Amino acid sequence: MSAVEPLLEVEDLRVSFATEDGIVRAVDGVSFSVAPGEVLAIVGESGSGKSVTAMTLMGLTRGPNARIEGRATFAGKDLISASERDLQHIRGASMAMVFQDPMSSLNPVYRIGHQIVEQIRVHDRNVSRAQAMARAVELMERVGIPRAAERLRSYPHEFSGGMRQRVMIAMALSCSPKLLIADEPTTALDVTIQAQILEELRTLREQTDAGIILVTHDLAVVADIADRIVVMYSGRVVEQGTLDEIFYDPMHPYSWGLLGSITRVDRDRSQRLAAIPGMPPSLLHTPRGCHFRPRCVHAFGKCTEDPQLSARIPGNAEHRDRCWLELEQKRTLRMVGGQIGLASPEPVIS
Amino acid sequence: MARFLVRRLIAMVALLFVISLVTFLLFIVALPNGSPAAEIAGRLATPAEVHLITVRYGFDKPIWVQYVKTMANIFGGSAYSYQSGFNVDQQIVAGLPATVSLALGAGFIWLLTSILVGTLAAIRAGRYTDRVLTVLSMIGVSMPPFFLGGVLIYYAGYKLGIIPLGGYVPWSQGVGDWLWHLVAPWFTLSILFIGIYSRVLRSTILDTINDDFVRTAKAKGLSGRQVLIRHVLRNSLIPIFSLWGLDLAQVIGGGAILTESVYSLHGVGYLAYQSVGHLDTITLLAIVMLTALAVVVLSALTEIVYAILDPRVRLQ
Repeated sequence: MSAVEPLLEVEDLRVSFATEDGIVRAVDGVSFSVAPGEVLAIVGESGSGKSVTAMTLMGLTRGPNARIEGRATFAGKDLISASERDLQHIRGASMAMVFQDPMSSLNPVYRIGHQIVEQIRVHDRNVSRAQAMARAVELMERVGIPRAAERLRSYPHEFSGGMRQRVMIAMALSCSPKLLIADEPTTALDVTIQAQILEELRTLREQTDAGIILVTHDLAVVADIADRIVVMYSGRVVEQGTLDEIFYDPMHPYSWGLLGSITRVDRDRSQRLAAIPGMPPSLLHTPRGCHFRPRCVHAFGKCTEDPQLSARIPGNAEHRDRCWLELEQKRTLRMVGGQIGLASPEPVIS
Repeated sequence: MARFLVRRLIAMVALLFVISLVTFLLFIVALPNGSPAAEIAGRLATPAEVHLITVRYGFDKPIWVQYVKTMANIFGGSAYSYQSGFNVDQQIVAGLPATVSLALGAGFIWLLTSILVGTLAAIRAGRYTDRVLTVLSMIGVSMPPFFLGGVLIYYAGYKLGIIPLGGYVPWSQGVGDWLWHLVAPWFTLSILFIGIYSRVLRSTILDTINDDFVRTAKAKGLSGRQVLIRHVLRNSLIPIFSLWGLDLAQVIGGGAILTESVYSLHGVGYLAYQSVGHLDTITLLAIVMLTALAVVVLSALTEIVYAILDPRVRLQ
């Protein structure tokens, strides 16, 4: 993977917002890269900064109260310092985004076809309306919308949530992007629809050489689609590695907690579903040292010092984490009842 | 659509009936105006004359007979003012050109201006421009037409002579003159509405701007202006249009009483003002019916336009 020139390289991205209560550090030094044809999953709970990271790449968090630092090199251009005009040419063309809530992400007053055509034509004025319409039909068929030519004339409210998300994907694909950012694309959908949408993404990555960033809080969603995983917590990357590394050899207690709280068919059902105790810290007052420390049962003295995101497994430079525990300690502590998980502070009585 | 119109028509008739009944009871029966017969007969009339008029006008008949007769007269064009003796409907029709000229001209001015002002305030929200516009809107809202009109007539009319001192010149007697006489009334009436509308639009825009579909529009690669016009304004203007339809109906129905009076614009509002002064209940009754009719018709039109602008709305 590292031999290929990365499509997107994010270096030390920092995003903070000035609010009435103070400075919110939503993204605190995030780095990762995406190669062409690769699916990178950014995983974390609400407020971990994963959505802000995704939006920032698209330039959607810019504003008078936002402070954005770092670099995000995409196709030789830095997205952070790029002018609004340059970003306009990139957005929707070589880099597209699918959002979380398909019910509200389409403009209710325009027909579906119009909204797809609008995106095609804003990036290529030479395409006629008719050509753009024909392309819209193709796209809609490709993402599995039946009777596409007819449905072109429908309004968003005449579509179900799953169909609207397909429209969003069709729209995102309309200019053949090199990078697709999907921000919780299945969170608002039924489980069956979820599977279909993920299938579309999988097809897409097989058919094109596009890189995909999949933002989600659900590790189960990424299990069979992601190549690499970035685990975010409280604005920081706490661990990153390949799918297998994160699933079978996770190094950070937060990752253990996430893995432990997946519902599994092969687990004893009399057990209570494991949860990570406590709440994520407020981004206004992040804890000193490791941000996960207050919720971590394995925290010890050194955790008040900031752990860096670094390769801590000898011979593996790509699998990195932010935990002070020794490698062997980690491999022992993460086993809870024969499975990977975060041990409870006291025995849970169900 | 046909079903909508039929239902609307039935509702319209029912509404007009209720309004006419209430107004009739209020103006003709409950208003302590002495006997209408005595009013018509004049101060020097003998009791015999008053009795004669009472019988001739049917004031001795039961209330409901009087109601039906009065309404038949108003809608049949044969209602006469008890005070002046003029035909009520003819007076209203004579006032309509001035009123409609005032309403349409002012209506477009206040609609377009408030779209500009409201949008500017919204995109500059919280900044200097927005604050200045907020203060100006507040001044506009709290500026009564009789005050602004008085100031304009005195300074711009009497002192400087750049506007006429009042009155209405029909279109047929020269478009330039018509325009010259209407500029100040348009301005005076618009100021109030611009204040309200621009505030409403500013807040709808600020609501819409945070909608998910606006983020989608940005993510599609549209320019800031394209996002603003095609996605934010297109959606934010819908409530403004329905507000506009109803306010326009008010003005057409003679609602701009103060503006018409201060500029001696002999329209329906001016007629209403005079009728109130003379307790001319028949004329007032007819004007109320016109206002109700205008509101009912324009609100139906507004609903049709609303359904066109917002496909989620269905006419029923």
